[in-house]
Amino acid sequence: MSVEQEMDSSRRNLLVATSVVGGAGAVAVAVPFVASLTPSDRAKAAGAPVEADISQLAPGEMMTVEWRGKPVWILRRTPEMLASLDKTQDKVSDPDSEREMQPEYAKNKYRSIKEEYLVTVGICTHLGCSPSEKFRMGAESGLGSEWPGGFLCPCHGSMFDLAGRVYSSMPAPDNLEVPPHMYLSDTTILVGEDKA
Amino acid sequence: MTTKSQALLNWIDERFPLTANYKAHLSEYYAPKNFNFWYFFGSLALLVLVIQIVTGIFLVMHYKPDATLNASGIPIAFASVEYIMREVPGGWLIRYMHSTGASAFFVVVYLHMFRAMLYGSYRKPRELLWIFGVLIFLCLMAEAFMGYLLPWGQMSFWGAQVIINLFSAIPVIGPDLTIVLRGDFVIGDATLNRFFALHVIAVPLVLIGLVAAHIIALHEVGSNNPDGIEIKKKKDANGIPLDGIPFHPYYSVKDIVGVGVFLFFFSMVVFFYPEGGGYFLEYNNFIPADPLKTPPHIAPVWYFTPYYSVLRAVTFPLFGLDAKFWGVVAMGAAVVILAFLPWLDRSPVKSIRYRGPIYKTALTIFIICFVILGYLGVKPPEYAFFGVIPGAPVAQLCSVLYFAFFILMPWYTKIDKCKPEPERVTFK
Repeated sequence: MSVEQEMDSSRRNLLVATSVVGGAGAVAVAVPFVASLTPSDRAKAAGAPVEADISQLAPGEMMTVEWRGKPVWILRRTPEMLASLDKTQDKVSDPDSEREMQPEYAKNKYRSIKEEYLVTVGICTHLGCSPSEKFRMGAESGLGSEWPGGFLCPCHGSMFDLAGRVYSSMPAPDNLEVPPHMYLSDTTILVGEDKA
Repeated sequence: MTTKSQALLNWIDERFPLTANYKAHLSEYYAPKNFNFWYFFGSLALLVLVIQIVTGIFLVMHYKPDATLNASGIPIAFASVEYIMREVPGGWLIRYMHSTGASAFFVVVYLHMFRAMLYGSYRKPRELLWIFGVLIFLCLMAEAFMGYLLPWGQMSFWGAQVIINLFSAIPVIGPDLTIVLRGDFVIGDATLNRFFALHVIAVPLVLIGLVAAHIIALHEVGSNNPDGIEIKKKKDANGIPLDGIPFHPYYSVKDIVGVGVFLFFFSMVVFFYPEGGGYFLEYNNFIPADPLKTPPHIAPVWYFTPYYSVLRAVTFPLFGLDAKFWGVVAMGAAVVILAFLPWLDRSPVKSIRYRGPIYKTALTIFIICFVILGYLGVKPPEYAFFGVIPGAPVAQLCSVLYFAFFILMPWYTKIDKCKPEPERVTFK
């Protein structure tokens, strides 16, 4: 066979064309594999709202309900706890809840419908740990004598006040999320839905 | 060799290059004669890989990747690990070998990498060999991380929660990407099952391929040595390096001694210290996963802590992007930057033996920073040394020095006062 054969470019075109078609086929085959990685219909369906009975919740106490696999906290704040929000006003990074981390009806000073009850998803906006309760004020908390009470994320040290607002210069970028919720009665909260 | 077995060997060699491969990789692969203690860790890494694969196969026979609760309210995955520990004959030993093997893998691999840095084993012509090694390191990290989810304990769950959420920091696609990684909106059964598939099939396949590529590349360019000079430059009349000795029997025998010593320590941990003081198996992981409650103190397993500290050290936003994003970038960069070592190092010599004082100082500072970062990574973020020196700024300083070691390397390796390399390897 001679080394210097003339190239048959029509055959090369055929080669390119078949490669392109084959490549397109390979991409098409990848679709169901990638799709299988996304949440299944069952996972999508599991997101029903949950009811919480708050009649037994004493002032200063917090309860946790599970909604969509996440902890939702309901904290009944005492007057001192509510007063502490004035002290943290200039220490938090988003004091007026400008960022969309709450429904419109919770975009207020207390980040809640009723002043007394804070309803928030107990998942740190940094990397998803659940912050710990640090409700004791002052030196007892282990967070310095100035600590007005709040939450501390055990993973990376982000601090939140008693309205779930994140302190400035913390790893967490946003305030804790307030989920859609509504009062079915004075003692029952429905988490996950806010329309009658 | 008897004529019959010789005939059989000939029959095989005509169909498969058995003798040729045996010669190329063992009996006629010439390695420098001046290997020292540091050259044990490559073969030990291979040994641990075998331990992990064999113990892993037997664990899969009893383990169940299922996050749903059994009749007594315990997740089935968690219960199946306890079942292996308590009821499967020999199960506790196989499981402890596997969990200890994970930590042992990182011990030998970190020492193996440090050896390469000591003697400049990543330098030309071994750049690809080094890059395969960095890829193996990445695979190992993925393998360790996904394996850690399988017992479905508290640390499994919250560790995976944190690491998967790292990806949410990527602008635009981040939040959707995390959902695809988890297969659900939260970590759950879907996540556990896919991690199981990746841990036992996908990553090990890639890992074995990379290990093969690593060894093929090594045998192509030949091993470096503590003097950092090429033995192939001086060959005898037969083309055999003057300072080379055949791998088998010389280094196969030497490595077996290393294996013996290694297994001595390995067995000590497996039998008497399997939890490694809470560092190999964390205490909180003996509690079943609870999606509603993060343990009061969570830290990754020890081998991830230096990089975890780098992640935590970034606490400020930059160019309009969150600190979270830059933390992830810094952590990723801390690993990936290793791959660039062959091109960052501009020193005329390879080995630490002939390097000048600047590189020796830089490497010492680098190792100290790496250890301090690792130490701080197991501590809570508010930790202070002796209760007075706050850990957070120390971690930030060490992170900066970690990167400075690499970024300033082209400059300081050039101006360093090196000693002349010898013509032949030094050997006592």
